[in-house]
Parts: sequence; structure tokens; C-alpha cells
Amino acid sequence: MTTRIEVELQPQIADPHGESIRWRAENYLGIELESVRTRTIYKLDGKINAAHASAIRDALTDPVIERSAIGRLDLPRCDWLITVGFRPGVTDNVGRTARRFVADLLCTPLDAVAEVFTETQYLVAAPTIDRPTAERVAAELLANPIIQRIEVNAAHAYRDQPIDLSVPRAGSDSKAHVATITLDEDPAALLALSQRRQLALNSDEMVAIRNYYAQPEVCARRQARGLPSSPTDVELEVLAQTWSEHCKHKIFAATIRYEDRAGNTEVIDSLFKTYIVKTTKQVGERIDWLVSVFHDNAGIVRLDADWNLVYKVETHNSPSALDPYGGAITGIVGVNRDPLGTGRGAALLTNVWGYCFGPPDYRGPLPGGLQPPRRIRDGVHQGVIDGGNQSGIPYSRGWELFDPRFIGKPLVFCGTVGLIPARIEGIPSEHKEIAPDDHIVMVGGRIGKDGIHGATFSSDALDGQVSSQAVQIGDPITQKTMADMLLEARDAGLYRTLTDNGAGGLSSSVGEIAQLAGGAELWLDRAPLKYPGLDPWEILLSEAQERMTLAVPDKQLEAFLELARRREVEATVIGRFANSGQLTVCYGERIVAELPLSFLHDGCPTMQLSAIEPVARGVEPSEAGIALDFEKPQQLLSDMIGYFNLCAKSKTARRYDHEVKGLSVIKPLLGVYGDVPADASAMRVRHGADAGILLAEGALPYLADIDAGAMAAACVDLAVRRIVAAGGRLGRIAALDNFCWPDPILSDKTPDGPEKLGALVRCCRSLAAACIELDLPLISGKDSMKNDAILDGVKISIPPTLLFSAIAWVDDVSKLRDLVIPCGDHQLYLLGDAAAEALGGSELYRTISRRVGREITGRQAPVIDPTRTRTVCEALTEIADRGWISAAHAPQLGGVALGLAQMSLAANRGLDIQLPAAPNTLAALFAEGGSRFLLATSDDNANALERWAATQAIPLIRIGRTAQDPDLRIACGEARIELPLETLRQLFHQKDL
Amino acid sequence: MQSTVNALVPTGFGINCEAETRYALQRAGAEVETPHLNDLIDDGARLARTRILVLAGGFAFGDHLGAGRALANRLRARLGDALGRFVADGGLVLGICNGFQTMARLGLLPSGRVGKQQISLTTNRHSTFYDGWVKLRFDPQSPCVFTRGIEQLDLPVRHGEGRLLPAASVEQQILDQRLGVCRYVDQAGEPSERFPDNPNGSWQQLAGICDPSGRLFGLMPHPEAYLYPENHPHWRREPGVSRPTGQLLFVNAVEACRRG
Repeated sequence: MTTRIEVELQPQIADPHGESIRWRAENYLGIELESVRTRTIYKLDGKINAAHASAIRDALTDPVIERSAIGRLDLPRCDWLITVGFRPGVTDNVGRTARRFVADLLCTPLDAVAEVFTETQYLVAAPTIDRPTAERVAAELLANPIIQRIEVNAAHAYRDQPIDLSVPRAGSDSKAHVATITLDEDPAALLALSQRRQLALNSDEMVAIRNYYAQPEVCARRQARGLPSSPTDVELEVLAQTWSEHCKHKIFAATIRYEDRAGNTEVIDSLFKTYIVKTTKQVGERIDWLVSVFHDNAGIVRLDADWNLVYKVETHNSPSALDPYGGAITGIVGVNRDPLGTGRGAALLTNVWGYCFGPPDYRGPLPGGLQPPRRIRDGVHQGVIDGGNQSGIPYSRGWELFDPRFIGKPLVFCGTVGLIPARIEGIPSEHKEIAPDDHIVMVGGRIGKDGIHGATFSSDALDGQVSSQAVQIGDPITQKTMADMLLEARDAGLYRTLTDNGAGGLSSSVGEIAQLAGGAELWLDRAPLKYPGLDPWEILLSEAQERMTLAVPDKQLEAFLELARRREVEATVIGRFANSGQLTVCYGERIVAELPLSFLHDGCPTMQLSAIEPVARGVEPSEAGIALDFEKPQQLLSDMIGYFNLCAKSKTARRYDHEVKGLSVIKPLLGVYGDVPADASAMRVRHGADAGILLAEGALPYLADIDAGAMAAACVDLAVRRIVAAGGRLGRIAALDNFCWPDPILSDKTPDGPEKLGALVRCCRSLAAACIELDLPLISGKDSMKNDAILDGVKISIPPTLLFSAIAWVDDVSKLRDLVIPCGDHQLYLLGDAAAEALGGSELYRTISRRVGREITGRQAPVIDPTRTRTVCEALTEIADRGWISAAHAPQLGGVALGLAQMSLAANRGLDIQLPAAPNTLAALFAEGGSRFLLATSDDNANALERWAATQAIPLIRIGRTAQDPDLRIACGEARIELPLETLRQLFHQKDL
Repeated sequence: MQSTVNALVPTGFGINCEAETRYALQRAGAEVETPHLNDLIDDGARLARTRILVLAGGFAFGDHLGAGRALANRLRARLGDALGRFVADGGLVLGICNGFQTMARLGLLPSGRVGKQQISLTTNRHSTFYDGWVKLRFDPQSPCVFTRGIEQLDLPVRHGEGRLLPAASVEQQILDQRLGVCRYVDQAGEPSERFPDNPNGSWQQLAGICDPSGRLFGLMPHPEAYLYPENHPHWRREPGVSRPTGQLLFVNAVEACRRG
């Protein structure tokens, strides 16, 4: 029996959600609708008497502004009804809360309350549109068919239809099944098996698995344990997860034979060991604040004697391409669990996000099954907004870059900083230990079919053939409730250690931490399920969200479970750690998988790959028949600041909470109108103390078109300059590396694999060199190596992208600074390397390309020398220490001209600037060289600054001053830019949607 | 010696501003406890030992059924009697953002009693969540004990459902009894309908209202997010400008309790 309750706003109350849909239909799809009103439908799936139904209806209705009905509300004048509900098994967060609401209202236990399913109904008044148009609105604006059900009804017909009481109940009565899988001798057959089962294992790996099972002693032991000699499906799936590119980082661990253009070859034994670990080790000898790197869910550094910082940045690209909202919210709440699952568990301090999308105005063809870039962008934003806001975690950094090559795979970076006491119960909080008898306890959400094969799926190219199972939807409130409870348990000493359930589910989390104990036995039949009918391998692999796995000592178990019960957090004992050396998985009485940890973790063969130095493929303007001085710089600047990369994005960014916790110091958006991005953001880390952190990053994928090595050097330079501009210091900066690459493995589909891998080698080398020079340990990182999509049979690969994230810490946040020139008169200076000739990969070239409709990229990237970065950063710090800086900015995209425009906009003041036209006007204005800063100094301090600079080797040029009138004026050689601030701000906001 | 003023800030289920709210109250001199909501429900008598109850900001139960609805439902069903006694005995209640929305759902404002809902805080006129700083002007004649002596204050708002709409039956009462404590104003200090000075399109540009006793107060902006000069978005641009901070509301609350 189902009870249906409909709730809507009273007719005289405006419906902003409906109005925003009407607006988007008109502006995004060109479909004019008269009006849209929305209704929420609750379907209670169980026995409910009339009195209770009526009480529930009343409680769900706001008497001031809403009206409701059991059954159906009457229909106002409208033409189409579009009803959107979830497909079976897809997380319905509103329904889940409604169920708890009913339990509270009726004072009954949650288990006794009917399950609640929700739908949204859109009442569309549009007499002129036909059914296909209404269906288009539904599919392109209101729902995602991968996870949602859509019903479109003509209003006149709807009135006569029976009331819909159907619910998307999930699950089946089928009995749990374990299959035995015979492994063929033929590697080709093994590879076919891998593809058929979505294992994403190559033939060498499949052969290694076959060889393991063929060993006589393995056969004998399996027989003794009642296991078949061939692998069970559970075992094969566990191996595929553990050995997936996503979990194992096989490309970074591979042996690579690299050949440069001169024919010199070199063998690299693991990029990770050679360029990441070694770099951090080397830097680690010069600093004393590294606490834990590489072997936990996130890196840990020391903030002060009592507190440590934890930082991790992740990507969630493939899920976000398919279901932008669900993929992105899962991305942010997923990365939240990394610091939460690091050491003994860190409290979550702040989030960062950064996205690479196709241009929102892209109108071209799309890869099969994918949504247009604007819709992906809207969904990703809303997912991360909801994930962060509902969790009570502010964001500190947010950025977006656009390129048509991201239409098939958007890049969605999400990161989280955590704070953890240096010691808990007297023990260093980073220590992770498990005793062999500890209970394995799963805490948080229940297990469903969501996200099965997420890890292996993200290790493949997108081809449009995806099941809804690959997608999860996060529930921030379930996770927040769990996180609160876990920190309470941590402080009460109720568990020994914990880790998160992300990609690979229990298979990965238990498989990993079992190593700390030396083995584990899992009892899958005890795991709480969302619905019946899951096979053991599905329970083990499910990536259902909001779950952590803990090791709880026997003597704390009762207290731990009691606390969980009081906090309404589900916690279940699902096994026991052991020193068996095996991962043993049972279902009821039966062992369904048993694998030695040694084979599980070390049995995967190392890949042997070849790489070759890539050829620079850029097009110089002359080659495209473009004379560079053909445009007035004012027009170029106007175009640049009005286009997606550099324009204001504050409308969207202000939908993210950046102040919750009350610790913010330098906000992510600055200036009189709060619309200019900060170089670095800063916050206190706790109340009543002045210590704080600074966050900044560098991501410059366009440079990779010329040289991935140049990209890495520029990213490091930029992130460090941003930190130093805001008041951070070299020697107190830690860094994270996130690589997003197109598939770099040679195959029929990827004939240019060796070049893409060659680009990765160059990127890593240059990253390592810059980090060593600038004392930057790489404390954590992640790689995502299959960022390709197929469009009309043609592969579109993303430009190789490195995100370099920096975190710094200071003792006193009141000493920090930003790019906003304070009130009063100020002189402006350019400190460091003014002259940068190379314009390759610049925003200038992209701007010209758009204007003329021919692509120019250039062949020369700006040369970045990390030793220059160090020199100029040290000079800035010294000037600041002397008290001479009133504002500082690290210019990058669009060069010095855009940097000045940003300072002018932030202060809402005119500037009078005279720039030396060296080496030429366009380069002086727009080249994106590194190792330089723009600074403002009050008139009072200008003389002292200049006298000091005269004794230094580092160049300091006075370039102008704050103006009395509200105009930005830049003179550079013959060129003149003169823009009233009002015009500049209009341009800046014209694409701020 | 000054008498101890006890304050309670319940937490859990998505309430997320308890740390800064606790700090603001502690700095104002209160003894603060932040029990989990369920522990408070199990021991409602704790309320009787308290003078100030702050319903802090957050996303209780994800605001999935409309802001504050699920939390108000639980409070009403499982703590309603104790809450009613607390209010009747002269306790102070401050609801900030999600806490204000919860007070509205409980019927506490403007009536001063747990009962039928009289005001609604609904979706912002421009439909989305918004984080930005606003200027507020306070009615010097309002009975609100939290805002005595405060004329103007800059505070951040962070909400998607802050548009105050009263039932027709209480409109006149709010105006006559000066229960509209503070209003969104423009740079010149005049009440504003314009976004973003007025972030949600509230009736009468109201950002917060109190009950006739002035002891129950709810507001959408976050005074607990402005406890340091560096919280203000223009702290560097206007050096030396000293402004009142959100701390004042908490100081007033503690002083009001001391006065009795």
C-alpha cells in the first residue's frame, strides 16, 4: 500500500525554483515557457492509517505558504506535467530524511516506518510547445536518464489518469550466488574475459592470476579450505579492484624506457619512486615538519607542537561526466573521507575545488551519452556546493579553466584540509596500528549496487555505454553525522584505527588495512544492505558512499557500538582482523574468497612501457598567416577579461559557503565588490589562536600543448608566488601533485601513447627539479590516467594537466596580505622578471584564435627557472618584512595587463601605468612569464623601497600609481589602454552566469 | 564575583556552527555546553539549568524537507515540553540562520511559544544559496535584548531560504510591537530591496525578528562568523577602521542574563 502526499507553494507565492527553470529553458534551450511551478511528491511505501497520513501531511506542509493533499492536488492551468523520480536503488536523500521525519513525528522506531520515495513534479504552462519539446525540457534540463525516471504528461490527459502509486523499490529475492571462473590458457581469451567482466586488467595481469592459481601448493590449500581450484568471481573481482590503475597507479609504478629526440635512452624504474618519493625525501632532509607522507589516505605535516595538518586532493572525472551532480557531490564528500580516514582521523577544516570544462557556449557535437558542457558545469557546481555546504565545510579555493577538449572528460578536482591533534591519548596521531584480534566494523551508509566497478570503470575511456551502477550519489548528512560520531569516538579512545571506503569499497579498504594486522576475515552476510539480492562480490565491491572501515579492540566494541546507536549511525561488525596472512571472505558458513595478502598487494606484474620525447606541435601566428600587431591591445584585454577563463565567476562561487566555522581571513573572492579571485586564501585553523593556513595552486594545461615540462615548472612557480604574495614563506610550504593525463599506453586506440607518456616523464622531471629547488615536499598526490572520450569514432584526449596545490602556514594571520590596494595613494611596482618574450600557450593566443577562427598556440613556452622563483620570492618576503607592501599580486593568465586590471577591479580604483615595451608591446602586456610580482606601496614607503632596491640584484621597476579618477590607463610603447572601471567591470561580468 | 551564565548549543545531524557559537559565548563570559541533540533529548532537564539556548547555523537533516523542518519536528516531538518550560521560565533563545528557520517552524516567533507556525523563511527570491556580507540596521525601539545599543552591523549571510514571509495574521503585530529587529540596508544605511544588499527579498527587508519579550530572537545573518577583525571582507582595505563585531550580540545576551 502506498500513500501519496503532494505539497506545493500556494498559488499567490512566487516559486523561484520554477522560475529559474523557465529562465534556463529560454536561455539555454531557446524554449519559451509561460511559467513553471513545482510540486514535491512523497510516496510512503507501507501501511499507514488515515490519522497518521493526515498528521504526516500536516507536518510536511508550511501553513503560511504551502498547501498539500493526500493523493493529488488539483491542477491549476498548465499544459504539461513532467514528473521526475529516481530509478530503483538510486540514493534518495530527501526520502531518507522524510522517513526519519515520520519516525520522529509518530514517535516510532525508524525500522517500523515505511520507506519514503520522493518525486518532483513540474507544472509547465506553455500552450504552444509540443510533446517532443516538453520531453526535451525534461531530458535536457530536469533529469538525468542514467539515474532518474521521467514521465511527461499532457495536462488534459493527466486529469483522467489513475493516481500513480508506483515506487522504485529495489532489490530482488534471488539467492546469493558465487560463480567459479575457469581461466583459459590463451592470453587472448583471458583478455576477453577481463573485458567481458569489466575487470580492466591487461593480458599480463590476467596471466599472472592464472599462473597463481596453477601452482600446485595453491591448489592444495584451496582444496583444504573447500575452495575450487579456479578463482571464484569474488576473488577475481577483488584482484581487479586491487590491481586497477585507479588503486594501484600502475603507470606511475611502471618501468619506462624513455627516448629523447636525439636518440638517447634512459630506463626509469617507476616515475613515482624516481620523481615523487625521491624529491620528498631529499627536501625532507632540509625541513623538520614532515609527519606522514605517501602511506596513508592523505599527507600530514606539522603545524605546531600540538596540531598537524592533513591535505588531500582527488579527482572525480568519469563519474562527473556521466552524472555531473552525483559524480561531483560524491567527489567532494569522498575526498572529505580521506583526511577523516588519515592517522587516527582528522577534523575537516576546508575544501578546495577546481574544474576543467568544455566552454559553456560550446554548441558542437558531443560524445555519446554525454551532456553539453554548460549542463555538466552546472551539475558539477551544484554537487560540490551541496556537498560542502551541507557538511559545514567552507571552501577556500575555487577555479575553472575551459577548453573544447574537456567536453568528453571534464576534470573535477576536489580537496580537503584536515586538522588533527599531534597526539591522541599520548600516542602520535599518525600511527596506524591494528591488533590481530580487532573487530572489523563498518560504519555509516548501507551497501547497495551503487558504484560497482567504479575503480575499474574510471580506468577505461568513456564510450557512452554505462550502467547506472557506475554512478553514486553522496549524502552529506549521513556522512556529517558519521564524521561527528567518529571524532567523538576518537577522542574517547573507542577505536584503534580507521580508513575510508572509496573506490573498490570494502575490498579495497579491508584489503589495505588488513596489511597492518597481517590478515582479515570478512563475513559478508552480516553487512547491512540497502535492499536484498546482492551477490557476495557485489557486497564486497560496492562503492555505496558514506562508509568507513574501523579496527575496534574487543574491549571497546560495546562502547563504540553504543555511541553509534545513540548518534543514529549504523555500525556493524563485519569481520575480524587476523594474522593469517590471508584476506578471507566468508558468506554464511562458506568461504567465498581467500587470497594471500602478499599476492593481492605484490602479485601485480610491473608494466613495461615505452616513452618518447614528444614533438612540439604548436602553430606560430606567422604560420597561421596572422600578423601579431593587428589588434589594439585594449580590444585584446577587453576580450580576455570578458571570456570564461578570466571573467568573474562570483555568481556561481558565492553559492558555495566560504565562511562557515568563522575562521576566514583572506577570502577566495576579494575586493570592493567581492568578485576578484584571491592569489591565495587564508584562514585561522581554530578559534582563539592566530595561527593559520594559506592555500593556493597552479594549473596551466595549455602549456602542455608545447611542453609538459614547462607546464610543471610554471605550475610550481605560480602556486609558490601566490602563497608568497599573500604572506607565506619558502620553507614552510608543502605541496600536492594531481596528474590528469590522456591514456599514455601504446595500443591500437592510442598509437601516440609513447609521446603522451614522454610528456608525463618530462612533467615529472621538471616538477621534481622545481620542488627540490624550492624546498617543496610532495606530501600527497593522485593520478587519473584515462581521460579520453570517443566522438564519432574519433578520440578526444584532454590536454595533459597537472594540478599543483600548495599549503603553507603562518603564526599570525593578521600579518597576511592580498591584491587589494588599500585606501590612500599608492605606487605600483613590478618586482622580478619583467621581460618574457614567449607567448606560447598564452591567453593572448587563445583570444586571437577565437577572434580570427584559426588556432594558434605558439611553439615557445615561457622559460621558468625555479632559482629565479626563489630569488624573487625571497625579495618579496624581505620587502614585506620591512613593512613596505600594501598589496601584492602574482600575475599569470593574461600577463601583467590582466594582473593590473584585476588589481584595479579589486580596489575599485583607477590606475595610471607606464610599462616598458620590452621586448615588445604585446609581450610586455600579455606574456605569462613567471618569477614576478605586482606590488603596491604607499607613497610614504616608496622612497625607502626604491633606495633598498637600488642595492639589490633583483629588478624592481616603478610602473605607475593609483589614479584620482576611476579609469584603468596603461601606456606601453605606442600602445594605450584606457578603460573606465565601469566598462571594465561590465566586461568582467558579462559571462558571469 | 559575577554570576555564572549557562548556555547550551545543541549539535548533531548537520548543525555545523557550534564551534564558533561556543567560542563567541565563552568570550562573552558564558559557561557553554554543546551536547549532541539526542543527549539533550534524553535529559531535557539540562535545559532547566540553562539560561541561553542557541540554535546554531547549519543544515540540520540536510534541509531536505525545507530548511529547519526536520529539526523542528524532532524538537517538537521529543523535547517540546522541556522547551516550552524553558521559554516560559524566561530563558533566552537565539536562532541563527538554520536555527532561525527552526524557530519559525516551531512557531516560537513571533508568538514566544511553541505552537503553530506563523512566519515562513522560504527560498530566496533569486532561488539560490548566497554567501556574502550584508549591512544591517537595528531598530533601537525593538524589545530585543540581544541587540541593545547596536545601531549597525556588517555580517555575512549564507543561506538559500531566508526570505521572511509572515502570515497575514501577525504582520501588524510585528510592525506595531517593533518585533522586526534588523533590516537589510544599502551602503547609505537605507532599507534595501536590491540584491545583494538584500540577499533574499524578505518582507519589510527584515533579517531577523524577536518575540514581544525580546528574549527570543532569530536572524538569518551570522554574528558568530564575525568574531575577529580579519573576518570582515575589507579588513585590509580600510586599516584602522574599527567596527562593531558580531560578538556584541553574545555579550548582550550574557549581560541580559546577569541583569535577570
